[in-house]
Amino acid sequence: MKTKKKSVKTKKSMKTEKKSIMARIAESTKSVTTGVEEKDIKHWLTIYIMGKAYKVPAVLTIMQAMEYAGYKFLRSCGCRAGFCGACSTVYRKKGEYRLQTAMACQTRVEDGMYLVQIPFAPAEKVTYDIDKEDYSASVFLKYYPEIARCVSCNTCTKACPQDLEVMDYVQASLKGDFSSVAEDSFDCIQCGLCAIRCPAEIVHYNLAQLGRRMYGKYGMPEPEHLKKRLGEIKSAKFEKELRKLVNTRRKELEKIYTGRDMEKE
Amino acid sequence: MAELKFIGGYPTYMREFIDVVNSTRSKRKDYTPPAMSPEAREKILNTYHPDYAPGGKRKISIGQNKGDIGPKEVVDLLEAYPLVEPGEIDLSHIDYDVDILIIGGGLAGTSAALLANDSGIPADKILLTNKLRHGDSNSTMAEGGTQSADRPGDSPVMHFIDTIGGGHYANKPEVVKALVEDAPFIMQWLLELGAMIDRESNGDFSERLAGGFSRKRLHYCRDYTGLEELRVIRDEFRNKGIGCIEYFPVIELLTDGEGRVTGAVLFNFETEEYKIVRAKATILSTGGFGRLHIRGFPTTNHYGATADGIVLAYRVSAKLRDTDTVQYHPTGAAYPQQIVGLLLTEKLRGAGAQPINKDGEAFVYPLEPRDVEASALIKECYVREKGIITPTGMRGVWLDTPLIELKNGEGTIEKEFPGMMRMFNRFDIDMRKDPVLVFPTLHYQNGGVETDLECKTNVEGLFVAGEVSGGVHGKNRLMGNSTLDCLVFGRRAGIYSAEYVKSVKNNRKLTMRHVKKYINMLKKARIKPERRAPILLPEYRGRAVLARMIDIF
Repeated sequence: MKTKKKSVKTKKSMKTEKKSIMARIAESTKSVTTGVEEKDIKHWLTIYIMGKAYKVPAVLTIMQAMEYAGYKFLRSCGCRAGFCGACSTVYRKKGEYRLQTAMACQTRVEDGMYLVQIPFAPAEKVTYDIDKEDYSASVFLKYYPEIARCVSCNTCTKACPQDLEVMDYVQASLKGDFSSVAEDSFDCIQCGLCAIRCPAEIVHYNLAQLGRRMYGKYGMPEPEHLKKRLGEIKSAKFEKELRKLVNTRRKELEKIYTGRDMEKE
Repeated sequence: MAELKFIGGYPTYMREFIDVVNSTRSKRKDYTPPAMSPEAREKILNTYHPDYAPGGKRKISIGQNKGDIGPKEVVDLLEAYPLVEPGEIDLSHIDYDVDILIIGGGLAGTSAALLANDSGIPADKILLTNKLRHGDSNSTMAEGGTQSADRPGDSPVMHFIDTIGGGHYANKPEVVKALVEDAPFIMQWLLELGAMIDRESNGDFSERLAGGFSRKRLHYCRDYTGLEELRVIRDEFRNKGIGCIEYFPVIELLTDGEGRVTGAVLFNFETEEYKIVRAKATILSTGGFGRLHIRGFPTTNHYGATADGIVLAYRVSAKLRDTDTVQYHPTGAAYPQQIVGLLLTEKLRGAGAQPINKDGEAFVYPLEPRDVEASALIKECYVREKGIITPTGMRGVWLDTPLIELKNGEGTIEKEFPGMMRMFNRFDIDMRKDPVLVFPTLHYQNGGVETDLECKTNVEGLFVAGEVSGGVHGKNRLMGNSTLDCLVFGRRAGIYSAEYVKSVKNNRKLTMRHVKKYINMLKKARIKPERRAPILLPEYRGRAVLARMIDIF
C-alpha cells in the first residue's frame, strides 16, 4: 500500500517538472490564494453559522470555513493572522453547554461548532492627557472605577483568546502595580471578549492600555544612548557625511556597501 | 488517503525529517554559512526571485507611467474602469468639509493625524477614514521591529548605507537621509507616548541584527512591535478626539478640474450610500497590495491590502515609481495548512534561527537581504530538491527555532516571541522544541506613489505616506524600515499638510473631470470595461457558492 502511494507521487512530480518554478509554486498554494477545490478535499464536517448548517472542508480555520460556506466578511475580519482582534468568535460545540471563545482566523474548525461573530464591542474608552497624569496607583480607579467591583470570577481570563491572565492584571491595577498590569496585558489584541463577558462590566482591555502607556512612559528607565544620539543629530554631526552619501554615485556606493564592517550576533 | 498520524502537530513522516534537523543542531550552533558575494547575490536573484523569473509582469499601457513594468495583477487594476462614473453621483452636497482628509488609519495615517493636530489643525478639521476598523492594517501585523541607529557603535550613516545597499541603490537618497535622521526622534516620540519598547535593565534599548544590517539596530516590543506602536498612537489619537470614521473606503478622489486634489468620494460599506468630502489637503496612507496574491503567492498582509491607494492616485495623475518590484518575505509559514503564508518574523533569524534543508544542512547565510534569502529558499526547494513536502503539496525548508534557545538560553522564545509561539501552539506545535516549516510569502509593496521629503506628490493637494509611497526602499526593503517609514513620513505628512492648508482657500471646486479623462484614455487604448477598481476586498468565497449566486436585491 505504502509503495503504491509513493510511485503515484513520483509520477505526479515528474509531470509537473516541465512547468516553471513559479507555476509550480502557484499550484502548491492555490488552496490558500484562490480557495479550496472540492475534489481535493477528503474530510468534511458540519458547522452551524448562526444556526444554519454548512458542510465544510475539515482543514480550514473558522474564518476560511465561513468563507467557503459563502460568507464574504466585511466586519469580523482584519489581519487574518491573530494580531488585530477583529474576528472574535463565540461558539458552542454540539452536546456541550459551555460557550467558548476564539479568534476565527487562528482556530481550526471542528465538527458541530455553533458559531457567531462579535464584530464590535461598544465599550467605554476614557480620554486623558498622559503628560498630565501622576504616576500613581489612583489613576486606574480614577478612570475605571468599576474595577472595584471585580468579584474575581475569572470569566475574563477564560474568555481571553490570547490566554492572558486577565483577572490577575485587573487585580494588579487595584493595587496600583503598573509593571504587572503592563507585562501581563502586553499580548492583548483588544478584541473585547473580556469586557463582553464580564459580570462587573469592567473594560479590561482599555484599562490595560492606560496601564501600559503609564508604565512605558514613567515606569522604565530612559535609554541614555538615545539622548546622546539626539544631541548629535541636532548638532548636525552626521550632516556632512550623509549629504556626501546622497550625492555619491552608485559605483562608489556599491564599494562602500560591500566593504562595510559587520557586527556579529 | 489514509489518515495521517500526528505527533506534536506534525505527521509522522515529517517527524523523521525533524530528527535529521535535531541531529545536526549542536554542530551548527557555532557555524553560520558565509554571506554571499555581490556576484552570487545577483545571480541567485536573477535566476530564482519571483520578480526576475520570466512571466508575471507587463507594461502599463496608459497614463503617466506608460511603458513602465509592473506585476500583471497590479497593471490590471491600473487599467480598470472606476466604480462610479462622473454624473452618477451628486457632488454639490458636501457631507464633510475639512482641512485634512487622511485615507487609511495604520501607523502612517494615524501619526499624520496626530502631527497635523499638533501643528495647529483643530481635531474636528481632520477626518481619518478607514476601509475597515481604525488600525486594521499591515502596521498592526509588523512583528519584528523598527530600525533606529542610536547605539554608540552605530550611526545614521551606517543606517543609510545598509538601507540603500539593500534597496539595490534604487532608493531616492534624500528621502533615505530623512528616514535615518528622523529615526532616533521617532524612538523618543514613542517613549514619550508610553510605548513599551523592550529594554535592558539599565534602560538601554534591546537591539538585534536583521537581514542586511551591519549593526544591531532593530528595536522591538516582544514580537508585537507594530501592534504596540499602533495601539499607543491610536489611543493618543482617541484622547485628542480627532475625527474618525470606519468601514468607509474611498472609491474615488475628487479634483478641482485643474489638477488639484480637493476631496474624495466615500462609500459606506454597510448602507451602500456615498458621502462627499471636501478637503484642503488629502493624505493617502492606504498601505499595500498583498491581497492581490501576485504570482499566486500567499501573503502576510491584512484583509484590506488591495492596492486601492495606487489606483486612486494614478487616476489623478500621480506618478508611481519602482512598480516592478515586490517583496517576498523569506519565511512565511508553509505548515500547517491553516496558517500558510503568515509571517514568521525575521527577528527569529536575528536571534539565531537558521534555515535548514531536509538533510539537516544550513544552506544559506540567515541574514541576507530579504530578496536574496527568499531566492535561496526557492532554489533549495525547487531546484536542489532539498525541501520538505507538506501533506497538501506545499514545499518548504525548516527554520530551526530551537537553536534560538540553545544560543540565547532557555526561555528566550517565550519572552521575545510570544506571538509566534502562540500561533504554533494553537496548532499543537512547540517551536521551542521543534523547528517550523517555512517558504517565501508575498509581503510588501516596495514601490508606489513618488514622494519627496515633505510627502508631497506631483499632484497639488495630495500627500502620501507609508507603504503606498515609493522611493524610500528602492527595489527591496530592509526589516524594521517599514514601521519606521510609516512613522517618519506619517509625521512629516501631518506637519507639511498642516503647513500647506494655511495657504489654501476653502472655495475649491469638486469635480470628477479627471475620471472622465481616465475613462477616455482607457477607451482609446481599447481596454474593455471588464475590470473595475479599486476592488476594496479580496474574494475568498467558495467557488460552488459563487457559481450559484443570484443578485435579486
